[in-house]
Amino acid sequence: MSPKTLYDKIWDAHLAHEAEDGTCLLYIDRHLVHEVTSPQAFEGLRMAGRKVRAPEKTIAVPDHNVPTTPGREDPKNMTEDSAIQVAALDKNAKDFGIHYYPVSDVRQGIVHIVGPEQGWTLPGMTVVCGDSHTATHGAFGALAHGIGTSEVEHVLATQTLIQKKSKNMKVEITGQLRPGVTAKDITLSVIGKTGTAGGTGYVIEYCGEAIRALSMEGRMTVCNMAIEGGARAGLIAPDETTFEYVKGRPHAPKGAQWETALAWWKTLYSDDDAHWDEVITIAGEDIAPVVTWGTSPEDVLPITANVPAADDFEGGKIGAAQRSLDYMGLTPGTPLSEIEIDTVFIGSCTNGRIEDLRAAAEILKGKKIKVKRAMVVPGSGLVRAQAEEEGLADIFKEAGFEWRLAGCSMCLAMNPDQLAEGERCASTSNRNFEGRQGYKGRTHLVSPGMAAAAAITGKLTDVREMM
Amino acid sequence: MEKFEKITGIAAPMPLVNIDTDMIIPKQFLKTIKRSGLGANLFDEMRFDRQGNEIADFVLNQPQYRKAEILVAGDNFGCGSSREHAPWAIKDFGIRCVIAPSFADIFYNNCFKNGILPIALPQEQVDVLMKDAEKGANARIEIDLEHQQITTSDGEVFGFEVDAFKKHCLMEGLDDIGLTMEKAASIDTFEAAANAARPWV
Repeated sequence: MSPKTLYDKIWDAHLAHEAEDGTCLLYIDRHLVHEVTSPQAFEGLRMAGRKVRAPEKTIAVPDHNVPTTPGREDPKNMTEDSAIQVAALDKNAKDFGIHYYPVSDVRQGIVHIVGPEQGWTLPGMTVVCGDSHTATHGAFGALAHGIGTSEVEHVLATQTLIQKKSKNMKVEITGQLRPGVTAKDITLSVIGKTGTAGGTGYVIEYCGEAIRALSMEGRMTVCNMAIEGGARAGLIAPDETTFEYVKGRPHAPKGAQWETALAWWKTLYSDDDAHWDEVITIAGEDIAPVVTWGTSPEDVLPITANVPAADDFEGGKIGAAQRSLDYMGLTPGTPLSEIEIDTVFIGSCTNGRIEDLRAAAEILKGKKIKVKRAMVVPGSGLVRAQAEEEGLADIFKEAGFEWRLAGCSMCLAMNPDQLAEGERCASTSNRNFEGRQGYKGRTHLVSPGMAAAAAITGKLTDVREMM
Repeated sequence: MEKFEKITGIAAPMPLVNIDTDMIIPKQFLKTIKRSGLGANLFDEMRFDRQGNEIADFVLNQPQYRKAEILVAGDNFGCGSSREHAPWAIKDFGIRCVIAPSFADIFYNNCFKNGILPIALPQEQVDVLMKDAEKGANARIEIDLEHQQITTSDGEVFGFEVDAFKKHCLMEGLDDIGLTMEKAASIDTFEAAANAARPWV
């Protein structure tokens, strides 16, 4: 048999049909659904008199526009349009018989945090969701990517997706990370190197010693932002760390089925002589704690650097960089560590898990914030409960952070958690686009530790100075 | 879905790289449960000020581009979220074709589901079309999907690539789900085998 990459193996195991022109039907094992990109898809099913083909493989949770303040179970405490979308998901989940975690359920949270937490996401699966950050689930060695609403409807109706195979890219992070450097710094540094279109047409497999050393939560952070590099999906081969994480979760296999599953999962790795269309290697030791300065996730620099000038770039990027500098209100040559911050946001599907909260709390312990506003939005109700049990919530509250309920919140600002015009935020989320966190809001993407450090000093800060 | 065969229309130039989905349709407009009506908010934060007044120098507010059917843009168009609201807004505005050096993957696929033709061309050719678009309403560009050809207002012709299946669906206005349903037997067979091999899924 010819050698295969991990992507090849998962693809082959899910190929339900291949037409003569190479158009494929890929079978989907898990379909995750949220309130914003699904209503039109369910409406389409109703209009055509179609059913959900595999409701037992379909999981829904409202996350994008739910408020993160108490009392949200009452629709009166939501904006009218948000309440309509959440009510539509409530009804669709009930009518079509799919698994559902409503806002009143302690397990509710960001769909990409709930899926792995509940054991819905398993190695070797195909996972889709009407959300680009579905790439997160690739951390388990699952082929996971975002789809549009028409494709959501297609998967609901047929449990398949029309696909053409992507190319294979290997991103190897060798050696070890230095203290203060995290999974977030890895994933941002990769995008800084490849650019936001560098991954277009590829599925990326992250590998190397520094990736192996990451926890499952760190791996999810890395894969989460594969889409920001333009890739269809990010993957990490499953190993003992993966199996340990999965074992015992509510929807993970048990008993004899666990053993059968495990035996297959252990075959899920790229063969030594597999073909790669592109290979990128970065030394773990060379990665520093990074921040973004502009309005594209590729605008990445070490915290020790200065704000660049537009003419540091080439081609179309010169104009884009100038537009970013104007939008961000930055002067070239300014040390990044002198940029003053108004708001700190810790949360999102990128960095809203328990280890993220621990990393931030470690820096914040016994300190007070200097920024105008800081909030922690745990990624799920269960993350929130665990953080309270571990005493992390008290550390955040004593430091001056708001302690919120689970949801996407200020990552995309569809709910009331938004930046005001001109407000500057150190954020653990994934996109620094214009207006992303609020109209004319300014976003600097950072790791949780860096966000905590910025909260204490009121400026972008090298977390290593506080360790 | 509306068929796409051939259009001859005004092209609006947007020479900006990384035009993302938050620019195309900001999140406050995602709270709809319909597909229609989003054209009014296409590029909202670039097109209107906070009071809802038009920003005069934005391309689609200029008289010659108000009826643009084609958009010529920079690299990596449509990057960011999977929101299909982005192509819905583009289509609802009246744009049927977007030309750029490259597109983000999900956006590119979403276009074909909505009767929009995204065309990726080498930067040099996009540069030529951008210049053509800058001439305004008198410069009408022709997009011929069947022959996979673009003709500039000066008569210069460029070929373009498009996946044969996607082209077929776009030209016939076909519904993907209906086509896949025809392969139900293959899906049934696959599913039964997969359930036996991986019963934990």
